[in-house]
Amino acid sequence: MIKLEKLTKIYPDGTQAVKEMGFEVKKGELCVFLGPSGCGKTTTMKMINRLIPITSGKIYIDGVDNTKIDESELRRNIGYAIQEIGLFTHMTVGQNIETVPALKGWDKTERRKRAEELLELVRMNPSDFIDKYPNELSGGQRQRVGVARALGADPPILLMDEPFGAIDPINRVELQSEFLKIQQKIKKTIIFVTHDIYEAIKMGDRIALMKEGKLVQYDTPANILYRPKDEFVEGFVGADRALKGLQLLRVKEVMTTDPPTAKVDDKVEAIRERMEQGGVDSLAVVEDDGKFMGWVGMSDLASGKVVKDIMTPSNTTFTINAVLNEALSVMLSSGLKALPVVSEDNRLEGVLTFDAIQTALHEAVQTGKKK
Amino acid sequence: MVEAWEFVARRPELLAEWVLAHLWIIFVAIVAAVILGVILGIYITGKGKEQIADTVLYLAEIMMTIPSLALFGLLMLLLSAVGLKAIGFLPAVIALIVYGQLPILRNTYTAIRAVDPSMIEAGKGMGMNERQILFKIKLPLAVPVIMAGLRNAIVLIIGIAAIAALIGAGGLGAPIFRGIRNARMDLIIIGGVSVSILALLVDGLMALVERRITPKGLRVG
Repeated sequence: MIKLEKLTKIYPDGTQAVKEMGFEVKKGELCVFLGPSGCGKTTTMKMINRLIPITSGKIYIDGVDNTKIDESELRRNIGYAIQEIGLFTHMTVGQNIETVPALKGWDKTERRKRAEELLELVRMNPSDFIDKYPNELSGGQRQRVGVARALGADPPILLMDEPFGAIDPINRVELQSEFLKIQQKIKKTIIFVTHDIYEAIKMGDRIALMKEGKLVQYDTPANILYRPKDEFVEGFVGADRALKGLQLLRVKEVMTTDPPTAKVDDKVEAIRERMEQGGVDSLAVVEDDGKFMGWVGMSDLASGKVVKDIMTPSNTTFTINAVLNEALSVMLSSGLKALPVVSEDNRLEGVLTFDAIQTALHEAVQTGKKK
Repeated sequence: MVEAWEFVARRPELLAEWVLAHLWIIFVAIVAAVILGVILGIYITGKGKEQIADTVLYLAEIMMTIPSLALFGLLMLLLSAVGLKAIGFLPAVIALIVYGQLPILRNTYTAIRAVDPSMIEAGKGMGMNERQILFKIKLPLAVPVIMAGLRNAIVLIIGIAAIAALIGAGGLGAPIFRGIRNARMDLIIIGGVSVSILALLVDGLMALVERRITPKGLRVG
């Protein structure tokens, strides 16, 4: 889809920003350009939509040399989102999102419909937001509108230059997860620039790790983490690779499936037996249709006769597609030893425990080393 | 004061004539000053024109320091040298255009330069050409500041236009100078008060226009 060939950028003052960069980004993949500042990642990205002219080498988009495409035409077919967002403050949210469709000459109703669709996609209620101005939005909302605007005319390619960089860490994690969900739906070919290795590991199908204008390693996040090509990569990944690996794993890959459960009408004796059999000191309580309700613990068993009287209701749950490090941090901060994992409709699918996480991480490091 | 009021009551058509003449001069001068100032202001924000911008703004500043009487005199000499009518409407309008330049030019220049570069980059990245960036992003964003400069220029021009009566351009300067020559306080008051009222009225009108054309997202409060 996007192929770089011996791509080189030398600025008029002689600085060599990008040196003979070459690799290919496959259709539908999210490729992260990662590296310390000054490594050439942003320059490389901006040569794709020709915001920065190429010194030598080629960029092919779907096999076509990008310098052979009309500049405006090229850019209107490549979505573009930047860190500062750059929303037009004198235009409404709707008008901002409609920028590229308007440039392409779509008619008014079609544009408006598209803006509404995109607001839905980034989980903002169209009727609440479409006529608001950017200065009436929060930072996170602006970022969402920025992403929606980049998707304006449904371009096959998206360039994102640290799109979540200006957001506080908590909202950033949320936006990242949301964007990954969106990407599962839209399947765009995405170039995502960041200097944050956590973000790179979480977001990327592939990572292009760069240093001083050169490509050092182009690989999957797991291979970058566990099979670093050289000392630079190893240093960049850092000593806590096992912790970073948490982001590569989904809750569903680590959880214990088919955990023993309890129903509200179960008798205490039956529960005690089930706990002893399973070697656990608490059970998840579920409704008849499998919906999660709460917990019943071994120490509670003495205080009543049926589960209904002694259970602790809870609504702290995690969905099966959540990233492991987020689940772990909830476990650590809430003090829960086990986390119920539920499907989208809140049915219990499994239970996540510290032991399971430890085993999964150990395996990941071992298999990574063996490969 | 009473005499001035009596004069107005006796000869309202004279006052109307002065006011109309005054309005006509400032109208022509302002329209020309805006067109010239905004176009020039946009032009000097272009790439690699920093040197030209400095020079142009410097010149405009110098023009402001020339006393208006001296400028009228200078223009009379220049115009007669090229064979144009050296007194009356033409030199008056030219002088007023010159005076109006600095606030309009400087505000246009500053406002366009102050547009957040991330918006321009976003525009470019989405495939806008230079023209679209100017008309869809830079100018709408610069409007409030340009309007502030315009209002400055207008108040300035209305005042200076009174002096243009000395070179035979008529307007509200006429009763003032006639009053000074003949020690007629009523005429001085009529001219002076009218100029002030005119300035206030036009400025108020411009404030309304400014509110209308400022994009909603940029309004404060």
